Amino acid sequence: MTPPVRRLAGALHRRPRLRLAALISAPMAWLALAYLGALVVLLVSAFWTTNEFTSNIDYLWNTDNFRTVLTDPLYRNVALRTLGIAAAVTLIDAVIAFPMAFYMARVARPRSRRLLLVAVLTPLWAGYLVKAYAWWVMLSHGGVIDWIAAPFGGGSPGFGIPAVVIVLSYLWLPYMILPLYTAFEQLPDSLLAASGDLGARPWRTFVGVVLPLVKPAVIAGSIFTFSLSLGDYLTVQIVGGTTQMLGNVIASNVTLNLPLAAAVSCVPVLIIVGYLLAVRRTGALDNL
Amino acid sequence: MELSRGARVALRLAMALGLAVIYVPLALVLVNSFNASRSFAWPPSGLSTRWWTAAWQETGLREALYTSLKAGLGATAIAVVLGTMAAFAVTRYRFFGRQAVSFLLILPLALPGIVTGIALNAAFRTVLTPLGIGFGLFTVVVGHATFCIVVVFNNVAARLRRLAPTAEEASADLGAHTFQTFWYVTLPAVRSALFAGALLAFALSFDEIVVTTFTAGPGTQTLPLWIFDNLARPDQGPIVDVVAALLIVLSIVPVYLAQRLSGEVLR
Repeated sequence: MTPPVRRLAGALHRRPRLRLAALISAPMAWLALAYLGALVVLLVSAFWTTNEFTSNIDYLWNTDNFRTVLTDPLYRNVALRTLGIAAAVTLIDAVIAFPMAFYMARVARPRSRRLLLVAVLTPLWAGYLVKAYAWWVMLSHGGVIDWIAAPFGGGSPGFGIPAVVIVLSYLWLPYMILPLYTAFEQLPDSLLAASGDLGARPWRTFVGVVLPLVKPAVIAGSIFTFSLSLGDYLTVQIVGGTTQMLGNVIASNVTLNLPLAAAVSCVPVLIIVGYLLAVRRTGALDNL
Repeated sequence: MELSRGARVALRLAMALGLAVIYVPLALVLVNSFNASRSFAWPPSGLSTRWWTAAWQETGLREALYTSLKAGLGATAIAVVLGTMAAFAVTRYRFFGRQAVSFLLILPLALPGIVTGIALNAAFRTVLTPLGIGFGLFTVVVGHATFCIVVVFNNVAARLRRLAPTAEEASADLGAHTFQTFWYVTLPAVRSALFAGALLAFALSFDEIVVTTFTAGPGTQTLPLWIFDNLARPDQGPIVDVVAALLIVLSIVPVYLAQRLSGEVLR
């Protein structure tokens, strides 16, 4: 008589569909129940209303929350401000990451490349709050930035939108450097040599050959910098002063008016999904 | 592409400046943790280790660290099992809806943390609370595991795609059954990828605060929640700085482990 383990193994070996079902059912059940289910609950609750007097949820199907989000100028301003901050962060990170990644991949000696890469990526492990906190200390009144800028008659920008842009750019910079570094490293030398042989000066080669080839990498990096900034709400709370972003509006409504919070949270989700769909054609998603 | 001398110097300068911008804030946190005064006025008036001693004696801090470790280990354990299963399914089989599975896996990480957070919050309130299960460590582990699955999946799937099936076929030809082949042949081949994924999952969970905020009950405080809570209290500033400094120093550990793991891959 064959032992049960071997019989089960044999049964599985003969039926690939059964093996697949055994492998995929648990992870899918988890994600469908814990995650998709939760998203559906959230979406459905956006169509309910919070009773103004009792703060209880009225389970009456209506689209009032979405109408509020679309028509109230408060939400439009917050959404535009959030978009502006996310775009500024993406631009700043791209400008800083470009020369750094280029230097790491094409100018530095091969031996120091790996070391530089580790140096750039190590801060990712230091923690989100730790870094936001570090900037909070630096930007605060009488802090390092005041001390540095004082001889020039300047001072810390204080807590507000500029501080939010600085700190978010700092937080997400490695996510922009990494795909750019990989793209610069994979640039075929032959193409650059050919461009030079055909008489192009370095700058011409850079604009005509290098830039088009690394464009997907910039877009891949921008997916991180853009969507991470769009959904952020803690950095704003720490260094933003009274600035509000979409995340704050959602967070402040969760306990008191969940239906409204659910409706507002559709805004960043739609923007991110739209952005992903728009850049899918460029092949950037394969670079993630 | 031959760069001019000036361009090279300019690029080197940009690199040095970039690294300075990355590391100066972290270095300042380290220096400030030895700052004798309570405020963070710069330059420090004197140096002392008294805040490190004070942090050591803070019981709430130790409990938060303990909670974070438990949540991280729980979420990582679930993520390792489910992520590995999904990786095998997606790389070894062709089936209807395979793309959708990959998409569903990455969704919890792609959508803003706050959306995931309030979705889980709303779902737990509607489903778990009537069952008598309150918000606590359990809900935090469920929330963290959901977005940790994808990092284990990515690491293991990448390794499986590069793994030729010949070794497994040889094992089966020599009479090993499915489980023996998995245990003696496949698992050793994906082990380092599995560890790398687990390391990443744990780090992600250990650092997470947004989803945690909306899934933790009032009695559950992870380390990031403790930091955020105490950030607002002026008298706790120096102790928060000590914790931040400690986390910066400790971030070398996963980097070292990751380097060891990638060394194993190259060998």
